[in-house]
Amino acid sequence: MEMAIFLVMGALSVGFSLVMILARKPVTSAMSLVAVMFCLAVLFALQSAHLIAILQILVYAGAIMVLFLFVIMLLNLREKEGEESHTKGYGQIFGGAIAFTILIVAVGSTSMSGSPAGLSSDRFGTTAEVGKILFTKYILPFEITSVLLLAALVGAVALVKLRMR
Amino acid sequence: MEMIPLPQISVGAIAPELTLVAAAMIILMLEVFTISKGRDNLAYVALAAVGVAGYLVIESLGSPMTTFSKMYVVDDFSGFIKLVCLLGAGMTILMSVKYTRDEGIDGGEYYSLLLFATTGMFFMVSGADLITIFLGLETMSISLYALAGYARGRLASNEASIKYFILGALSSAFMLYGMSMIYGAAGVTNLHEIARIIGQNKENIHLVMLGGGLVLIGFAFKISAVPFHMWTPDVYQGAPTPITAFMSAGPKAAAFAAFIRVFSDALISLQYQWWIIVWILAVLTMTVGNLIALSQENIKRMFAYSSIAHAGYILVGFTAGGKLGESAMLFYLLIYTFMNIGAFAIVAIVGQQGEERTSVSDFAGLGYRHPLLGLAMVALLFSLAGIPPTAGFWGKYYLFTAALDQGYVWLAILAALNSVIAVFYYLRVIVVMYMREEKGESLPQNAFPASIVVVILVAIYGSVLLGITPGGYLALAASSSLAH
Amino acid sequence: MDSIVSLITQPLVLELLITLVKIGFILGLTIGFFAPMLAWVERKQSAIMQDRVGANRAGVFGITVIGLLHSLADAIKLIFKEDFIPRGAERGLHTLAPVIAIIPSLVVFAVIPFGGQYTLWGHEVNLVIADLDVGLLYVFAIGSLATYGVVIAGWSSNNNWSLLGGLRASAQMFSYEVTMGLTVIGLVMFYQSLSLVDIVAKQENFWHWGIIWHFPAFVLFLGCAVAENKRVPFDAPEAEAELVAGYFTEYSGMKFVMFWTAEFLEMVSISGMCVALFLGGHHIPFVTQKFLLTAFGDLLGQDIGAVVVMLIGVGVFITKLVILLVLQMTIRWTMPRFRYDQIMKLGWKMILPLSLCWIFLVGVGILTGVMPRP
Repeated sequence: MEMAIFLVMGALSVGFSLVMILARKPVTSAMSLVAVMFCLAVLFALQSAHLIAILQILVYAGAIMVLFLFVIMLLNLREKEGEESHTKGYGQIFGGAIAFTILIVAVGSTSMSGSPAGLSSDRFGTTAEVGKILFTKYILPFEITSVLLLAALVGAVALVKLRMR
Repeated sequence: MEMIPLPQISVGAIAPELTLVAAAMIILMLEVFTISKGRDNLAYVALAAVGVAGYLVIESLGSPMTTFSKMYVVDDFSGFIKLVCLLGAGMTILMSVKYTRDEGIDGGEYYSLLLFATTGMFFMVSGADLITIFLGLETMSISLYALAGYARGRLASNEASIKYFILGALSSAFMLYGMSMIYGAAGVTNLHEIARIIGQNKENIHLVMLGGGLVLIGFAFKISAVPFHMWTPDVYQGAPTPITAFMSAGPKAAAFAAFIRVFSDALISLQYQWWIIVWILAVLTMTVGNLIALSQENIKRMFAYSSIAHAGYILVGFTAGGKLGESAMLFYLLIYTFMNIGAFAIVAIVGQQGEERTSVSDFAGLGYRHPLLGLAMVALLFSLAGIPPTAGFWGKYYLFTAALDQGYVWLAILAALNSVIAVFYYLRVIVVMYMREEKGESLPQNAFPASIVVVILVAIYGSVLLGITPGGYLALAASSSLAH
Repeated sequence: MDSIVSLITQPLVLELLITLVKIGFILGLTIGFFAPMLAWVERKQSAIMQDRVGANRAGVFGITVIGLLHSLADAIKLIFKEDFIPRGAERGLHTLAPVIAIIPSLVVFAVIPFGGQYTLWGHEVNLVIADLDVGLLYVFAIGSLATYGVVIAGWSSNNNWSLLGGLRASAQMFSYEVTMGLTVIGLVMFYQSLSLVDIVAKQENFWHWGIIWHFPAFVLFLGCAVAENKRVPFDAPEAEAELVAGYFTEYSGMKFVMFWTAEFLEMVSISGMCVALFLGGHHIPFVTQKFLLTAFGDLLGQDIGAVVVMLIGVGVFITKLVILLVLQMTIRWTMPRFRYDQIMKLGWKMILPLSLCWIFLVGVGILTGVMPRP
């Protein structure tokens, strides 16, 4: 059952990712990305990381992608402008195929036995457990992230605000 | 109330970072209450923070410790690089005072972003965990994306910001993907643990190699090694000159530090796989950087290619590795910070408002109109070219002997050849300054405020006097290397 | 017959049946009852508030049932209307948008507890479709998806009014989602849970109700919720004076109804959230469930008593729901529409800082013991 869901969702997320890259309309791309986020959320839920699954939807599908759509609408992008030349496409496909092959070989030779250390608790993935680990073991990365977000915020405001002179 | 047991953490270990972040936020708050004329004072607040952080870093030298669940490490290696970053930040702040006022981009955000970037470098340098390193790198990069586009009125600056952002995000994605593969293979993110697990268990080695390769691409981008250097010329040319100076020093040093830590700690068992890649990178980076720099008309662009070449020299030290190679790298990073920021300070002075005079020909006759400035530029260019007895010479000397010491004879020869090529384009500027017919008028009297004079004096000290008596700094660099 | 009984009494099948009954009940309550009723209430209440006679014409053989048949008449009318897709519109997305809009407002009910937990004939019955550990986050996650329906509707119609409406809606809903999430953080700190079932269970004592300790959060939450639902006074995305009808200008027939139903359903789900978070869910003030169970248990026997208490619980829940719905309707007919920039200012510069302040105060209160946690 779990395997079946994994396969279906995995295939769907790969499919939607392809649509996202290949679609001519920006809105289609954005909506495919939303679908990818959904599939990923399901995959997280399968790993019994329910909090992460919900946050995936809340943050990515619900917030970030809405902003994407907002920008697309603000610029009123209808369709990719200009004629696309397809001559370069072969090189990209070739490169992609090589990268994919390397990836398959590398991942295929990996043994998937055993679970990563310290993740075997039966309360794994619950909000309380994630919160606990976030505020103890991972307190430093957590705080650096807040600095990172503040820097990004300040940078964004500094770049777009009107300077009153 | 149920209490959650906290792991052993030592807040004192991150005191320098806390100082910088606190100062950045204080500056943001002060900015609200300062009138336009008082904005310069914000620069001095930032400078004070850099000073305090420097003091704290020096205090921590010699007492290594690991804290925050082994995610953060304080050692002399990180201390040395942090001092280099602080030096770069301090000099940049000083040379920004006049520049930002002229360009109308003065404001608290500028300095707080500089401090945030420096904080990011600190976490990168001290990160003993893939997560910490990546977050530090992102903090640094995002601040720099914004700073590169800070001169919003100039199209070139916007272009620089966008290009840097898109390519930088791509390289971060590469690095993160690589890190996730290493995590997938090892099951941990701690560098020591990764080394231990990979060393014991060879069955996931292919995944680690792929991950390591992707991480290498990410770092190569950050240190602008060929062929991941495409962004450098445009970004260096378009960004405000002080920011260009900053980018060429601190972030590069921090990226090298994290590079060394990840590859000579976590991935040490793959050494024989990656040294050949780094060897090729070093040769390509030096050669391509120097050759393209030869034909540049814009001085900022020329320095961009020259900084690519310098990254190549430092990679020579990385290829050599060992105590000798690492200490030579550290020493070179220090000297490079002095001389490159000094040279950019002079470029900023000559460039004047709006950065209109940034072509090499704008330096014509500078040696006669402003003899002292000309002399300073000559000293810095000599040092960059590596002409004895400047510090630049000694820096290169140690790098190349480290390579020879490890038996990389061809690498050393190629590097030496490259330094000869480099002399051409540095000398060209000097030739233009002294031998080309004088044209254009003198710089206005207010072009030399005390702040920028201090920057140039510090740069001269670092690139000339340090060359004559490198002892103390060299010893410090030697004692700071990771390898024993 | 025996085989059917034995099949039903199998634990898994029984569980499935109970869940289906719960889903059926919720669907019936929302789509079947509240959606048409609210359409009627909206008209009738506006008529009363504006001192006029409204919605009293539709009738069968002269029986008008105080205008209730208007909902029926409307439904018949809308079903037979032409389903129009403008030229140049993105046909696929245009059709998909109302569906995307209506699904989140239905799915949200999955985690809203509507009657408490009971033991019937030795079987645990929990009156909630899914008791998720992250129930509250689930509500926000699903709620945030409602934006897509509106945005895509605005985008795909190939109409400037629609586009502007969609643009406004996306910015507004996004902004208020952030704020709404922050307003309930204090409650999460107070009840120490993200599960709505837990939160309701902890409100059995009247003095632990959310509204007692978190009245400011209640006001802020309701404000945000109304804004999130784009109802007056926050209906700038569909402002008829400026944008014709905003994002659903180009919709007609059943697709139009779906947008309206989505809005009504969202009102109901918001009220349901409010009841669960602030008004003690199915609990009656000063009466514990245990007391009711023993009282009715003694009177009617253990299981029948539990059923009665369960029905009372559901009734109490629905009563509270209706009170909040009427409150929202009253707001609708009392306030003038805010200007768009006012809406954004209110969200980002007033409610957001206030909710942050409230989180801080709750933290101080909990640490100092002023706010004893249940």
